[in-house]
Amino acid sequence: MNLSGSVSAFRLSLPVLFGYIPLGIAFGVLFSDLGYHWLWAVAMGLIIFAGAAQFLAVGLIANHAGLFEVGVAIFLLNARHMVYGLSLINRLGLRGWRRWYLIFALTDETYSLLTLLEQRAPALRDRLQVRVAALNHLYWVLGCGLGAWLGTTLDLPTEGAEFALPALFMVLVVEQYRALRRPLPFLVGLAIAALAMLLHPDQMLLISVLLAVAVLLLVRGGEKWTHRRIF
Amino acid sequence: MDAQTYLLSFILVAALATFLTRALPFVLFSRHSDHPLLEFLGRYLPPVLMVLLVVYAMRDALLSGQDLLPSLLALGVVVGLQLWLRNALISIGGGTALYMLLVQGVIALPG
Repeated sequence: MNLSGSVSAFRLSLPVLFGYIPLGIAFGVLFSDLGYHWLWAVAMGLIIFAGAAQFLAVGLIANHAGLFEVGVAIFLLNARHMVYGLSLINRLGLRGWRRWYLIFALTDETYSLLTLLEQRAPALRDRLQVRVAALNHLYWVLGCGLGAWLGTTLDLPTEGAEFALPALFMVLVVEQYRALRRPLPFLVGLAIAALAMLLHPDQMLLISVLLAVAVLLLVRGGEKWTHRRIF
Repeated sequence: MDAQTYLLSFILVAALATFLTRALPFVLFSRHSDHPLLEFLGRYLPPVLMVLLVVYAMRDALLSGQDLLPSLLALGVVVGLQLWLRNALISIGGGTALYMLLVQGVIALPG
C-alpha cells in the first residue's frame, strides 16, 4: 500500500466529496418518501452509481413504471457516458477487473478527474485512477445511505455545498485551457451549451454532448479536406 | 410482482442500462484505438465536455435566474483563484464557501 498515492487520490477526490454527499443525501431523502427500507438506497448507489438516473428512478418507481420503459429511459438519460468512453479509449492503461471497475464508475465527476490525471506517469496514473473512482463511489453510497436513513429529519446547514460540482468542472475548464492554449474549442462548447439549453432544457446535457460529437466530426472533416488546422 | 421484487428488478435494469452506456464504446472501438479520429476526439472532447458540464451544473440558476448572481460571482472566484494559485482545492473550496455564504444569507448582496 502506497500511502502517498492514497493521500493524493483523496486530495483529488475532495471536491467530489463535497458535491456527492449533499447530492446523495438529497437523493436519499427523496427516496425515503417511497417508503422502502433505507438499505435499498445504499444498494442503488452501490450498483447503479449515477446521479441524474437515480433521481429519475425515484419518479419511475413512484409511478410503478414498466421495466422496459425504465431501461430505455435510463439508457437515454446516460447516453452521454458513451462519449466519455469514446474519449478515454486510448487513455486507460489498466486491464482486467480494474479496467471494468473504472468503466462502471465513469460518472461525470469521475470522468472529469480522469482527464486531469493524463499528465502523470502511467504507473501512478493507473493507480490513482482506480482510487479516485473508488473514493467517489464511496462518497456517493454514503450520501445515498445517509439521506435515506435520516430521511426528512435531517437539517444540516449544507445549502449551497453542491456548488462544489460546478466549481470542479470550472477548475477543469481552466486546466484544459492551460493544456490546449486555444480558445476556439471552449467557445464552441459554450455555443453548443447555449443552443441545447434553448432547444430543450430538460435534455440539455444529452443534446449538447451529441452536438459536440457532431461538431467535432465536422471540424475533423474540415481539417482533412482543407489541410489546415481549425481547432 | 410484490414491491420488493419490483424494486430489485428495477435496480438491476437501471444498473445494466447505466453500465451499457459506459461500456459500449470500449466494447465497440477498443480494436480501433489507434484510429486518428479517436485520437482527435480524445484530445478535443474533454475541453468541450467540461464547458458543457459547467453550464449543465449551473442550468437551474441560468434558467430560473434564482441565485444567478451568487453563482456567477462564485464561479469568477473559482477561475481567479485557479489562475492565481493553481490549487484546485483552494479554488473549489473558496468558490463554494462564498456561494454558501451568499445563498444562506450570511453575506447579503446589495440590491
